[in-house]
Amino acid sequence: MDLNKLFKAMLVVLPIMALSACSSTSESETDATSSTSGSGSELATGGVETGGVAPILTPEEQQRLKYQELRKEHIIYFDFDRSLVSAQFAEVLQAHGNYLVEHPNVRLMIEGHADERGTPEYNIALGERRAKAVAKYLQGMGVLPSQMSIVSYGEEKPLDMSRTDDSFAINRRAVLVY
Amino acid sequence: MKTLGKWLFLSLIIVSSPVRAALDIIITEGVDAARPIAVIPFVWQGAGAAPEQISDVVMSDLIRSGAFKPLDELGLPQRNISSVSQFVAKDWSSIGAEAVVMGSIKPYGNDQYLVTFDLVDLVKAQMQQGAGPQSNSEYLIDSRETVISAAQFRQYGHRISDLVYEELTGIRGAFLTRLAYVVVKHGEKSPYQLMISDYDGYNEQMLLRSSEPLMSPSWSPDGRKLAYVSFENKKAEIFIQDIYTQSRNKVSSFNGINGAPVFSPDGKKLALTLSKDGQPEIYVIDIATKALKRVTNHYAIDTEASWFPDGKSLIFTSERGGRPQIYKVTLASGKVQRLTFEGEWNLGGSIAPDGRSMIFVNRTNGKFNIARMDLETRFMQILTSTRLDESPSVAPNGTMVIYGTTHQGKQVLGAVSTDGRFKARLPAGQGEVKSPSWSPFL
Repeated sequence: MDLNKLFKAMLVVLPIMALSACSSTSESETDATSSTSGSGSELATGGVETGGVAPILTPEEQQRLKYQELRKEHIIYFDFDRSLVSAQFAEVLQAHGNYLVEHPNVRLMIEGHADERGTPEYNIALGERRAKAVAKYLQGMGVLPSQMSIVSYGEEKPLDMSRTDDSFAINRRAVLVY
Repeated sequence: MKTLGKWLFLSLIIVSSPVRAALDIIITEGVDAARPIAVIPFVWQGAGAAPEQISDVVMSDLIRSGAFKPLDELGLPQRNISSVSQFVAKDWSSIGAEAVVMGSIKPYGNDQYLVTFDLVDLVKAQMQQGAGPQSNSEYLIDSRETVISAAQFRQYGHRISDLVYEELTGIRGAFLTRLAYVVVKHGEKSPYQLMISDYDGYNEQMLLRSSEPLMSPSWSPDGRKLAYVSFENKKAEIFIQDIYTQSRNKVSSFNGINGAPVFSPDGKKLALTLSKDGQPEIYVIDIATKALKRVTNHYAIDTEASWFPDGKSLIFTSERGGRPQIYKVTLASGKVQRLTFEGEWNLGGSIAPDGRSMIFVNRTNGKFNIARMDLETRFMQILTSTRLDESPSVAPNGTMVIYGTTHQGKQVLGAVSTDGRFKARLPAGQGEVKSPSWSPFL
């Protein structure tokens, strides 16, 4: 009986630990890892220790988990007065693109933003160009144009208002909103 | 039903603030270039304490114009006179000013006051000293007598300032005008507020408050309506709102950008930016019929139109040369001509009321400042030295520019004379202030 209980607890605990290891870069975690090496946990009752292995994921499942993590990133940053999507965001956009292709009923709003340099109306135009660049990128991966809509807020909704070069860089962005 | 909800959500309320300027003024440059003038406090001829002092309004107007520097009242040789008949020329012989403003305020029935004012030519009075007895009335430049109500004190003060300014400079005064601007109070539930105030920041009133951005207010030529961009429906749309009746009319809600609205000089059309056909382009819409005419056609960004006073041409910002620069387009022919070549960027231009010069944002060495260019000689002058300048708007008499700038990390309004000599900052109490627009003469 006890063994059966332990087995059940293990089934619940282990996948959770595996997931939390994925999402965290912190070193001060439990000794669970996402690899297939064994892991143990001390239960509060009984003072016994259990051992087990992380589930073996298929490459597809691994990819899905990875994309799920990547989709938590939903901001694409741009250079000053530029609307070119930088290669550093290729993976993040790939994750969003695949998800949208697999779920053609899901709709995405792409917000374009600019920093506070230049005039408000010019920045509206620039923000739209950034949002469109992201839409075009996703469309190239097979996302339907009907799944995406665009709005440019120009410099009207800055994330950081300290008006330094660093804050300008944070404000030059496209935001993916589901 | 959905729109009704939105209407309720947007609080269309008019809030009157007490008699206090919403925008202070801190003059940062140009006092030395101003011409000295004497303003004697208007003599109160009633019982008890005087109501609001009209001469304070006049004095403040003259300082804000950048053209005049009122002398210290305590140093004036005659301080209790209200008309030219009491003026003693020899007392004023050593006063270095060109004119003296004086007047009186007298109760005149229920809530009414009789206000008189005389503008005295001090230069003439000083020159004719010793030329034998003169009639004081010869020194009189202007003289008025009007009955006003208590609520009209500031307004009548501006009226006197207009008269003084025009008599002494030959240019029509722009003291009886208003400003429209956007206040943003980040962190509040409805942070975006469209405000109007007198040109000096008094009598501030809220026209619209929204949880989503409000942009680019622009006055109708009769000073009665404002066109602006609102994101209240999570997309850019252009509205026209009557500042007296509060009635609102959605003029443009196409796919993509609906931006940069500006009334035509006859008030019947709006120039605006739409991206419904791909890139942002300039269009002209007939406000009554909604008929739309496309003006520009280029794969680069075209935006920020401004009308020439004759209504036959527009200037606009275009990136067609690689970087934003200002171009002119003739509406009848569609012919486009580039106007700016100096500096890295030039954008956000508006034509001065006389049609002969242009005020815009210039970027040189990465710095954004307000500049002015003579359209005939193409001579360009950078007017400001503040940070991140944008949204310049010219006073209807062409002497002053109000613009958005950044001071100590906060968006505030700035003012600069079109000759660049007078510079001032207009700090607001709370929040960020941006997108100023100067009304026409009221």
